[in-house]
Amino acid sequence: MTPTSPARPARDLALVATMAGLMAALGLVPAIAPFGGAVPITAQSMGAMLAGALLGPRLGSASMALFLGLVALGLPLLSGGRGGLGAFAGPSIGYLVGFVAGAFVVGWLTHRLAVRPGGRYVLATGIVVNVVGGVALLYLLGVPATAWRADLSLGTATVAALAFVPGDLIKAVVAAVIARGVYAAYPGLGPAPRPRPRAAADA
Amino acid sequence: MGLFHPGTSLVHRVPAGVKLAALCAAGIGSVFAATPVGVSAYLAAAVLVLVVARVPGRALVRQLRPVLVFVVVLAVFHALVSGPGRAYVVVGMLLALVLLATALTMTTPTSALVDVVVRVAGPLRRVGVDPERLGLLLALGLRAIPVVLGLAGEVRDAQRARGLGASPRAFAVPLIVRSLRHADRVGEALAARGIDD
Repeated sequence: MTPTSPARPARDLALVATMAGLMAALGLVPAIAPFGGAVPITAQSMGAMLAGALLGPRLGSASMALFLGLVALGLPLLSGGRGGLGAFAGPSIGYLVGFVAGAFVVGWLTHRLAVRPGGRYVLATGIVVNVVGGVALLYLLGVPATAWRADLSLGTATVAALAFVPGDLIKAVVAAVIARGVYAAYPGLGPAPRPRPRAAADA
Repeated sequence: MGLFHPGTSLVHRVPAGVKLAALCAAGIGSVFAATPVGVSAYLAAAVLVLVVARVPGRALVRQLRPVLVFVVVLAVFHALVSGPGRAYVVVGMLLALVLLATALTMTTPTSALVDVVVRVAGPLRRVGVDPERLGLLLALGLRAIPVVLGLAGEVRDAQRARGLGASPRAFAVPLIVRSLRHADRVGEALAARGIDD
């Protein structure tokens, strides 16, 4: 428990579980799958950005880890109804790991850069944060993993992945627009307010 | 919900922890068995497990279809670039591991795997991870999926009732806000049961 966040483990557990459920719901949005269907364009990478942007680095990445845990336990939650441990042996393993890492980085950057005091979410900063943490980082992990699992050269795997970049950039924008809407409608998101110096002196 | 298909075969009766350990061993072993003979042995073992487990073919194909298409594309690519032998080793091993992992998932109930996770996480207690809390989290996650899907249905109905078309923003924002409010209520219920202590 970091000193800046109030100790509310019960609410944290509930938020992590609910965000994992939302991620599962996003998997039901039909996917577009141009490259043989093994690494489809999904709404789920948007879920990783939203988890980080809304819950912050710690809870956001925890919710993605829980989501992957539920997939590993045999639930068909990945888009296209895939699931089970088989998904982790396939070529999209890097993107799955990227969900967790991406949610953490998006959450960390969102809390530091995109959320103003008072809980206002700055759209332009949020888009940049989503592109860095939710797209660039995702490919940084996903492309080498595909190259490894499919025994392709990094260059070939990169070219194969390029087809997905435009879609993911659009998703980064959509996720930021959605995050701004949620920040406006639901107070209490964003980094926990830092304890005032007087309170710290009392402790 | 889930991919589990009940049965009474030998594969079904092996304890979940043993199956998981065997799958891990197969994954590690695959690095050292990357020869045509090794890959053939892996594929034969995977098919044997699936036959013994009597996994329904239709459900298996449904799970594997995305991977199979990718495997065909990859096999053609490798056959052209680095020869048929290399194509067989790379694609065969990928397929064998996916088949073995799918066999485990289809023959093991989710609850048994949750129990294994809680048991395996026992030693993590020393570094501050509470295995029971991990089990609770998995149970909450399982429960959250139908709840969020239910909320999604409500939001869609509300959208239609107001004559709004399919706007992702007008759908996602209320769905997420409702989900967060649901999480608040679950959090309060958990706190009332002493989880915050």
